[in-house]
Amino acid sequence: MSVNITIRDAVKKYGSNTIITDLSLDIKEGEFFTLLGPSGCGKTTLLRMIAGFNSIEGGDFYFNDVRINDMDPVKRNIGMVFQNYAIFPNLTVEKNVAFGLKNRKLSKDVIVEKTDKFLKLMKIEEYRDRMPERLSGGQQQRVALARALAITPDVLLMDEPLSNLDAKLRVEMRTVIKEIQNTVGITTVYVTHDQEEAMAVSDRIAVMNLGDIQQIGTPKALYQRPANLFVATFIGRTNIIKSTLHAEGQKTFITLPGNHRIELSTIMADQRKDQEVILSIRPEELYLKPEGEDGVKAIIDDAVFLGLNTHYFVHFESGEKAEIIQESQIDSILEKGSVISLGVKTQKINVFDKDGKRNLVMGVHNDLVGGAR
Amino acid sequence: MSREKSKRKDVWKLVSLLVILMYALILVYPLIRLLRESVIVEGQFSLQGFKDFFSKPYYVRSIGNSLKVSLAATAISLALGVPLAYFYQMYEIKGKSLLQVLVILCSMSAPFIGAYSWIVLLGRSGVFTKLLESIGIQVGSIYGFSGIVLVLSLQLFPLVFLYLCGALKNVDNSLLEASVNMGCSGAKMFFTVVIPLCMPTIIAASLLVFMRAFADFGTPLLIGEGYKTFPVIIYDAYFAETGGDHTFGAAVSVIGIFITAAIFLFQSWISNRHHFTMNAMHSIERKKAKGFKNVLLHIYCWAIVGLSFMPQVYVIYSSFQKTSGKLFVPGYSLESYRFAFTHLKKAIPNTFLIGIAALALVVVLAILIAYLVVRRANVANKVIDTLSMVPYIIPGSVIGIALVLSFSKRPLLLSGTAAIMVIALIIRRIPYTIRSSVAVLQQIPITIEEAAISLGASKMKTFFTITVPMMGNGIISGAILSWVTIITELSTAVILYNANTITLTLAVYTYVSRGSYGIAAAYATILTVTTILSLLLYMKLTGNKEVSL
Repeated sequence: MSVNITIRDAVKKYGSNTIITDLSLDIKEGEFFTLLGPSGCGKTTLLRMIAGFNSIEGGDFYFNDVRINDMDPVKRNIGMVFQNYAIFPNLTVEKNVAFGLKNRKLSKDVIVEKTDKFLKLMKIEEYRDRMPERLSGGQQQRVALARALAITPDVLLMDEPLSNLDAKLRVEMRTVIKEIQNTVGITTVYVTHDQEEAMAVSDRIAVMNLGDIQQIGTPKALYQRPANLFVATFIGRTNIIKSTLHAEGQKTFITLPGNHRIELSTIMADQRKDQEVILSIRPEELYLKPEGEDGVKAIIDDAVFLGLNTHYFVHFESGEKAEIIQESQIDSILEKGSVISLGVKTQKINVFDKDGKRNLVMGVHNDLVGGAR
Repeated sequence: MSREKSKRKDVWKLVSLLVILMYALILVYPLIRLLRESVIVEGQFSLQGFKDFFSKPYYVRSIGNSLKVSLAATAISLALGVPLAYFYQMYEIKGKSLLQVLVILCSMSAPFIGAYSWIVLLGRSGVFTKLLESIGIQVGSIYGFSGIVLVLSLQLFPLVFLYLCGALKNVDNSLLEASVNMGCSGAKMFFTVVIPLCMPTIIAASLLVFMRAFADFGTPLLIGEGYKTFPVIIYDAYFAETGGDHTFGAAVSVIGIFITAAIFLFQSWISNRHHFTMNAMHSIERKKAKGFKNVLLHIYCWAIVGLSFMPQVYVIYSSFQKTSGKLFVPGYSLESYRFAFTHLKKAIPNTFLIGIAALALVVVLAILIAYLVVRRANVANKVIDTLSMVPYIIPGSVIGIALVLSFSKRPLLLSGTAAIMVIALIIRRIPYTIRSSVAVLQQIPITIEEAAISLGASKMKTFFTITVPMMGNGIISGAILSWVTIITELSTAVILYNANTITLTLAVYTYVSRGSYGIAAAYATILTVTTILSLLLYMKLTGNKEVSL
């Protein structure tokens, strides 16, 4: 019994301090939806407003057509996974999972059956009689997830559930979480500050900053066509380069460092005019040109070999710095100080207006409710 | 490395040795003397003392009485203290800092002062008794069992409160949210989540309350009226045979040790089955309760605290009342204070001299022992750890008797001196101070000391310039709380004191038992003021409004 979640004009205040102003959001039924942003952006606050642990100072929250603003958290039928798991340290694994079921006054058989089902699903059956302090972080995480799902909630909320795990386990557990969500098919709202984690698990992501949603979209949309400079820099790595746009007839050109001009065919029709712009060129959107070919001149400051790829840190003649990622070659890595010639994958790069507020390239998708596009 | 280790003289080994010798002298030897005294009559082995005790129902019944009183006091203390701590940590209570200070003050006054005040307030001709009778309400007798339980409960629930507040601070807010999330909130959450989470602390607090109630003799002596508890029997047995042989008193003391040891083992057994660890990433945030619920909360909290603080207010009030002989007469005067300052002149300086001497030694020893136990784990230090905890379970009056038996003959003639009072206080207080020092030391990573040593500081230099200063705050706060309990200690001191070593607490006791309530009240007020000042100092120094024991 999954639901869709509709949020309209949400406001959160702590005293006179407004954390969230006028936020709207649609989360589809059965979707894995992530709130992503730097710490202090209001993502956990929003999640806790949905859960009912934070008061709502304005706006409306709906599960399907039911307004939940004033509904007791006990009655919202939400499964929640906390950052520190919130496993009851005094109860065994099995009793933790059965806790929510017991509060529903279900018959004993049903409780046993459901507990077993989720212990099995989360592969923690063998630890059923263990006390939580004798479990590893990953196992505790599984208990927390089993416990949240056992009550067959309408919505699953997860607050930075992987932040207390080590890097390897984090990767493993995010696969587990994604799989379980697929199997159960429950509407899930997930909070994280880790963009890679968000990309790995989410159907759609809302990128938040300073209490506002910047862009909502699939991981692919956010990465390839970020709506603004914040999203471009927050999702993945990118080189930010100041530039100018020139329109000559139907063609538009941008100027790269060293006065190197290239044509750009992706600019939206109404933006094809002379203006100052900010370019966002991801490290893999720059490539080394064979020696002698014309391109943007750069000098290598450092090279870092990381196996699959080699990262080059360079500076242009203008002094601006940039990072380039190349697939590692079998021959030797380029030496520090060598001068190279760079090309740009023009279809991929993004161009923002001079404030960084708007992407001038075609094909930006933003599901922001009531947004500009 | 090993060669170097064996060559190097470790100063800490010397410290271990000295501490063990000290314990052998002031604890092990007195306890052996006590045991010997209980089974040797006129140079011959005999169980006469034990036979005497178990053959008289009067004596045996006192054990039952003590157990009953202690159980009832423990149950009521839990029933009052646990909800109070829960409300205090969960909700915004108006004047919560004052509330906490009052609770602590309640726990730190001597119980017999409470007993005496309640007699004055609710006794046969008590102030409230008459007031209530005038409007037709009959107050039942507060003498005997019910009186003892009333006084002890109101005296001891603050300990439950303080322990539980500590435990609740360790409960992560998300545990409660998870509970609400799964459909369990309000009172149901209190009983199914909060109480089980605090169970280890509740068990520990219960033991502490039970032991205090079991060992207290001032209260039953004053308000018991024939309802004899075990510590009163110990006290009577000891004073009935001063000068002569102490077989019976010693035998009763030994029985006392067995009972408290059994209770302690029982508690350890239970608490081992309830063991788990908690630490909170996000502590519970106090919420504002709404409407009627808020009113009830405030009434509950302030009524209980007000009720238990009332005896002290009354004592302070009566210290300013005019007296004629032993009776209070209408009007106010400072006569009681004048008397207090001109008689028993030694009480005030003694309180400070004996108290400060004991405190200094307790702190130094506790730091050294904590360091040995935490940083130098070996067999000898394990022995020290165990020895240091022994006094925790031995009733104060038993320690007093053991010390008198051991140090009343040359070459170990100390009885009647301030030294024996200091020794008694050290033995009594050190388990608590060691526990808090150990806790502080465990928070300090050993790598900091290793860094100092790797930079060329000697072990002793490292200890004094790095470790001790880092423990500083913890030590100071622990010391001030120890100070308060030192100046209010009665049960051991009452066996050891004489006119030259009398302290304020003993002076109160002396005048209460003589019936000179005005003077007793004056001494008690001086004591209360000292306690309040000490607590204020504690809060000032730690910058902390939350006191924990």
